[in-house]
Amino acid sequence: MDGIHIDNVSMTFTLPGAADIHALKDVSLEIGAGEIVTVLGPSGCGKTTLLNIIAGFLSPTRGAVRLNGHEVRGPDAERGMVFQQGALFEWLNVERNIAFGPNMAGRPRAETRAKVENLLNLVGLAGFGEKPVYQLSGGMQQRVALARCLANDPDVILMDEPLGALDALTREKMQGLILKLWQETGKTILLITHSVEEALFLGSRLIVMAPRPGRIEKDYRLPFAERGLTQDPREVKSSTDYVERREEILSMIWSMEEEIMAGGTGE
Amino acid sequence: MAENGKRPSALMMWLGLADNAFTRQKTVKFGDASAVNSGRFYSIAVVVVLFTLWTLSSIFGWVEPFFWPPLDGTVERAAKLINEGFRNVALWEHVWISVYRVISGVLLGALVGIPLGFAMGLSSIARGLFDPIVEFMRPIPPLALIPLIILWFGIDETAKIFLLFLASLFIMTIAARSGVSSVKISKVHAAYSLGASRIQILRHVILPNTLPEIFTGIRTAMGVCWGTVVAAELVAADRGVGSMIMIAKNFLQTDTVVIGILIIGAIGYAIEMVMRWLERLLVPWKGKG
Ligand SMILES: Nc1ncnc2c1ncn2[C@@H]1O[C@H](COP(=O)(O)OP(=O)(O)OP(=O)(O)O)[C@@H](O)[C@H]1O
Ligand SMILES: [Mg+2]
Repeated sequence: MDGIHIDNVSMTFTLPGAADIHALKDVSLEIGAGEIVTVLGPSGCGKTTLLNIIAGFLSPTRGAVRLNGHEVRGPDAERGMVFQQGALFEWLNVERNIAFGPNMAGRPRAETRAKVENLLNLVGLAGFGEKPVYQLSGGMQQRVALARCLANDPDVILMDEPLGALDALTREKMQGLILKLWQETGKTILLITHSVEEALFLGSRLIVMAPRPGRIEKDYRLPFAERGLTQDPREVKSSTDYVERREEILSMIWSMEEEIMAGGTGE
Repeated sequence: MAENGKRPSALMMWLGLADNAFTRQKTVKFGDASAVNSGRFYSIAVVVVLFTLWTLSSIFGWVEPFFWPPLDGTVERAAKLINEGFRNVALWEHVWISVYRVISGVLLGALVGIPLGFAMGLSSIARGLFDPIVEFMRPIPPLALIPLIILWFGIDETAKIFLLFLASLFIMTIAARSGVSSVKISKVHAAYSLGASRIQILRHVILPNTLPEIFTGIRTAMGVCWGTVVAAELVAADRGVGSMIMIAKNFLQTDTVVIGILIIGAIGYAIEMVMRWLERLLVPWKGKG
């Protein structure tokens, strides 16, 4: 397994009758195998665009993303996605959603069934296999989305605000689940979030992006994800170094937001 | 409080003369659509009143039988139609031939329209090729095509089924196209990231995603075709419910005309009910995405 190599990626959206939007400019980033990296930044700074480029849904204007010794040119099962919501297949039940990848690849049924059973246990949905997904709560649906992604055994998991639509309590529980999955599977994870708390708690590395043009502003290495594996999340989140970091990053994001406000719409 | 009031009986609630427990506790009902109950009592009352009026007018001879038939005569006529048929054709056969035409027309329309709609939703070339035709044909009422179709096919069976085929074709094409266009891109992206091929995306994501809209299309097409078939049979046919009432009119058999109209209404209603039932059964995820 190999990490993600993002090499001088720029992305410009050219729209007819409007100024070009420089969503990303010269973004370079090396993500090691097995790292869990969170990305934070004000709205519109290019987080989703970066993720879509890594996923292979967009090809960058300049630069390239490399993984497993080849350049990313399109979506592939080696890179799994978890979206904010609404990406489950509502015509399939929980089990068949999770089994989607293996079924498409034509894996043997018995093998897939065992795998699905394991994953249901892992994400805490044992016994829900037969349920239609639209009867599940938002948090449970995101568990299914995680399990569906894991069933395919990707090298890299990309998540765009996976917990963004959940209430605060469910969100905390799901953060714990993501850390547990990271520990047990050893996957490389890249997770976008709007929550400073979440970014600090989940990232063994935290990337802060700045807008206009979208670029990487800061790259922190953080101990909190490791701690969260053994300690109570509440304790981690109330420790002095966590609180200090949180305030530092919050004020950085605030000043970016203020600049955006002052700068109006122009680029 | 609400508990102090007497609890209405189940019968009163079924009749819609009393609201259910939840609605009773709502303080604001005007403008709240879910606070409007079935009003079943009034539906029953309307039917009873209409039949009473019909009975009374039959007894006292309020209306000329030429304009509206007396009840007893109509019942007699209905029995006769059921036993002896109409013009040497059994009544059920008149009904069946009309229903059969509708089903054939809708099936053929779906068979051609669904792939066409998929192509238009998925390919710029197909969209460009067919868009002018579909958009031009859409506002034309099928009945306006009858003269042309008679010129082409005469008045035989092919003509009628072709007309119904056209009537459902554009409905089905548009339903399938809009179903394909409404597929959420995140679902398609998720499927690609799970390793699905293009053909698998088509079969396992786009197709199931369009089924609810295709179903709505079939339902609409059934309704439109039922209306169209009756009208087409009025113009030119020797069998079918439409032709039955037209011929009956020529013989001034008002009772047969009225019976025919009642049958047309009942069958149309039944088709709609069956389609709704099938929809709940086959696409339970409708609107849940
Ligand atoms: N398809 C597109 N066409 C044109 N401009 C786009 C497109 N997608 C994104 N952009 C622009 O690129 C910039 C970055 O967008 P992006 O969605 O990556 O931001 P984001 O950081 O994910 O924001 P948010 O936090 O609100 O999700 C924005 O200015 C946006 O308007
Ligand atoms: Mg985004």
